[in-house]
Amino acid sequence: MEFPTGYLKNIKIVILGDGVAGILEYGFMQNAFLAALLASVACGLVGTYIVIKRIVFISGGISHAAFGGIGMGYFLGVNPILAAIPFSILSALIMGVTSKKVNVSEDTAIGILWSVGMAIGIIFINLTPGYVPDLLTYLFGSILTVPSSDLLIMFILDLIIITAVLLFNREFKSICFDEEFSKVIGIPTEAIYLLLLSLIALSVVVLIKVVGIILIIALLTIPAAIAKQYTHQLGKLMSLAVVLGMILTTGGLWLSYLFNLASGATIVLFLALAFLVSTLLRKLFVTN
Amino acid sequence: MTVKTVEIKNVSLQMGGMSILEDINLSINDHDFIALIGPNGGGKSTLLKIILGLIKPNTGIIQVFGRAPHKSSDLIGYLPQHVSFDPDFPINVFETVLSGRYHGILKSYTDRDRDKVLNVLDEVEMLDMRDRQISRLSGGQIQRVFMARALVREPRLLLLDEPMASIDPEMQNSFYTLLEGLKERMAVILVSHDVGAVSIHVDSIACLNRRLYYHGPVEEAADGLEEVYKCPLELISHGIPHRILKKH
Repeated sequence: MEFPTGYLKNIKIVILGDGVAGILEYGFMQNAFLAALLASVACGLVGTYIVIKRIVFISGGISHAAFGGIGMGYFLGVNPILAAIPFSILSALIMGVTSKKVNVSEDTAIGILWSVGMAIGIIFINLTPGYVPDLLTYLFGSILTVPSSDLLIMFILDLIIITAVLLFNREFKSICFDEEFSKVIGIPTEAIYLLLLSLIALSVVVLIKVVGIILIIALLTIPAAIAKQYTHQLGKLMSLAVVLGMILTTGGLWLSYLFNLASGATIVLFLALAFLVSTLLRKLFVTN
Repeated sequence: MTVKTVEIKNVSLQMGGMSILEDINLSINDHDFIALIGPNGGGKSTLLKIILGLIKPNTGIIQVFGRAPHKSSDLIGYLPQHVSFDPDFPINVFETVLSGRYHGILKSYTDRDRDKVLNVLDEVEMLDMRDRQISRLSGGQIQRVFMARALVREPRLLLLDEPMASIDPEMQNSFYTLLEGLKERMAVILVSHDVGAVSIHVDSIACLNRRLYYHGPVEEAADGLEEVYKCPLELISHGIPHRILKKH
């Protein structure tokens, strides 16, 4: 079958037009976009600390351990996202304390808790009678099925994260830069570090529905990593990371809708592409 | 009775089954300028960390300005030997120094803090670079920034861990000149393994190799009193650099 070229153009326009305005007509798409925006706030703020303190691996550990909370939620019959909050904070605290206090290397502690958390989740889901939920939605995200109740949880967690950053930014920045000196000038470094890990745990919960446990670490690192290429001021870095996160996650979401691809994976690949482009552009144009 | 700046009594420390410090006794007064010398691994940096309250000794008493070290942290300035920081960290010179004015949780920096930062940056001759990102500084400049960060606290005790190790010889002299001026305002403890350069500038020397072998004026150490004090130091006078020998 042959169409006049003008017809094809029109189809494209219709699709694109539909993409901008039309997709927002669906309630689930509105929720998906809201979820992406809420996730970007957590990513930009907490992700900045993760990138500058170089604690990407421990953040990966916390996000995977959160799966235990998901499983526990199913087992107990409560909202898995809610159950993941105490569980991931607890695992973050255990990781923080063991790595500092017990004679175990941080690496090892993270590796163990990483898999133990996931194993606990699987066992709980095994033990849950009746309907076995689709694990993939938590492992790889399902931003298109975020209910409004989860949006509310994400919003509240974002508020907590923003408040903590506003109140303790000086302490966080100080321990990220020079932990020993922070201790010397009287900052309770261990408590502040554990608070930071708890914020990471909260961000993980915010992100579970958006990209899923396995892909979370991309959202926690890439926006901040791109932003870091353009500014050396922490405040600007955080704002830029939030804005970049918003553009890239909603952009990724839109692409996944256009091409009918898995949303979490598309968002992550779009983020990675942006990082690659940004890095190359800086190499080409910024002589340093 | 005036309170000693630092009072260390019978302090011993073991770590991982190894004896690091044994029965250390040392007291330091206001305006003392003392060099803590000894071989690598002799416990110099560890003793500084005990004075800072970062490490607790197994036995013995340590008091700084008559209190436990961590309670006197307001009065202590510290220049570490190595600051393990990410050179690409998003922070500039001014902010780095300002962090030394930390007052406590929920207490913001004041205009006085900012003025003080500018004064100190001027003192270490880094005022022009106040907006520069730290990744764009040389080793010697970074050293000055960290020195400023220690001084901005207006300490009455300044602890310097191998401050000469990372700066070039020309800058060492200006660094010593800076230290001479500081002595008027505070007590200074300078850790070094380079005895020769240090001895010209300091008032007294403490020699540490797990035990404290000698603490006293430089001249007496140079007069061959090492025999009496069992200092494992071969101090050769008339400007020839000293050499540290193994413990007898």
